[in-house]
Amino acid sequence: MEEYLDIIRQYDVLGAFWVNIQLAFWAAVLSLIMGSVLALFRISPIGSLQWAGTTYVTILRNTPLTIIMVFMVLGAWGQLELTLATDFNLNFFWLAVVGLSIYHAAFVCEAIRSGVNTVPVGQAEAARSIGLSFLPSARLVILPQAFRGAIAPLGNVLIALIKNTTVAAAASVATETSSVMRTMIEFRPDYIYAIFFTFAIGYVILVTPVGLLSTSFSRRLAVSR
Amino acid sequence: MSAQTVLFDAPGPRAKRRILLGNVVGAVIVGGIAALLLARLGDKGQLDPDLWLAAVDADAWAYYYWPGFLATMRAAGVAIVGAFAFGLLFGVGRLSTLLPVRVVCGAVVEFFRAVPVLLMMVFFWLLLANAGVDSPSFWGVVIGLVLYNGSVVAELVRSGVHGLPSGQREAALSTGLTRGQSLRSVEVPQALIAMLPALLSQLVVVLKDSALGAIITYRELLQNARLLGSGEGNILQTLAVAAVLFILINWSLTKVAERLGNSLRRTSGRTGTMAAGLDAGVGVGATAQAAERPHGVDEGPEAGPADPGKPGRWG
Repeated sequence: MEEYLDIIRQYDVLGAFWVNIQLAFWAAVLSLIMGSVLALFRISPIGSLQWAGTTYVTILRNTPLTIIMVFMVLGAWGQLELTLATDFNLNFFWLAVVGLSIYHAAFVCEAIRSGVNTVPVGQAEAARSIGLSFLPSARLVILPQAFRGAIAPLGNVLIALIKNTTVAAAASVATETSSVMRTMIEFRPDYIYAIFFTFAIGYVILVTPVGLLSTSFSRRLAVSR
Repeated sequence: MSAQTVLFDAPGPRAKRRILLGNVVGAVIVGGIAALLLARLGDKGQLDPDLWLAAVDADAWAYYYWPGFLATMRAAGVAIVGAFAFGLLFGVGRLSTLLPVRVVCGAVVEFFRAVPVLLMMVFFWLLLANAGVDSPSFWGVVIGLVLYNGSVVAELVRSGVHGLPSGQREAALSTGLTRGQSLRSVEVPQALIAMLPALLSQLVVVLKDSALGAIITYRELLQNARLLGSGEGNILQTLAVAAVLFILINWSLTKVAERLGNSLRRTSGRTGTMAAGLDAGVGVGATAQAAERPHGVDEGPEAGPADPGKPGRWG
């Protein structure tokens, strides 16, 4: 037990989780912004923007995240010389954040769109029939319901994002959990089970509250129809 | 596009003019971004035809993409079969009348759904390598995919059975079947047919996640594309080829799943639709979806999309 605790401290397991939490936080913010813009594109009546949004979502949803992460490092940074920070390691961190955001923006877009789709057409028809024009009916009637409908799917995207931050290993972020776990097991194969369960339970602890919160919020705020 | 009918009325002459204007502006912006990206690629000499030709010549296919593609397919194929078996076992286990079985199966499923696939792959890869098993990276990929996707399939089975009209079980019980017999011969078979589209979509997730094998040195499509690209100095081009291959396969699988969902909806009537309606979230075919909460599936607001004509998608 003593030795196990020593190993955990020696390899800074908490620090590794902190890196993943930071990755998840920044990627969540960025992908929420990008995904909202994409969702606006897709629900707008403007054909060219609809096309752009749909194409983005179709392509990114079907691409493995690992390819995007490898591309961020070997393609965007290695070949196109895209630099996001002067510090070498920090640069990889931000490349990983951008890669995660590009990928998850497609899912955020679909989550928001599914929220809009939970609003029955009758709501819009009723809003129009009492004389509300486009902006008031969107602001007062449709969007409030749409946001509530989007909470559960957005929560799912957030859970997936937290777990997917481990793929930052493909973007050369060496301090995140999967890379640290690999190093630890390679140096201390005698503790392989303990090490794996430490990390696994760490993720259970991270992910479970998000799931419970999004479920309880989406239920509490659900529009009863 | 029900979203449009919700937000926008049928456009009149003035709105039509505005839409046309927006269309032109939008096209210019989208085209501009594409042009900027191309210019950037051109600046760095990445549009050089030699680089692209080297990424798609016969040798590249024969020695890199094709073996990589086969390796990806092998891992994904074994994994989806394993995941189906795992999911069936634990999904039915969660419906068991015995409390201990239910609790154990529930704990296993929830655990493997919360742990990142990559962590499981790394763990099993190193575990098997230490144990001296042949091709540990292949089995690492397969076991990781089976445990995670199997848990998702278990949830599909469970929610599929929950989604059946209660009359199915009542009728089975009233003919004298036990609870277990009713599950095995009446409820689960119907749930399985209803969840076929979702299962296909899960195959997309499996395929995409099999690319994680590149991180644990499994020589699948992405890993081979990377090796080819670093050898020839055209990594951007080879990654693009691999990405296009993945996108084409996954896109066609998604389309097939949609078709299947639509035809099931037409042919299997109320029973089928009620069970299939539950795939509304899970069928998205993405790592992102994998985390679908069972409660969300059963009664979350997304369970009843306003557009019932498009099952298996969020839209």
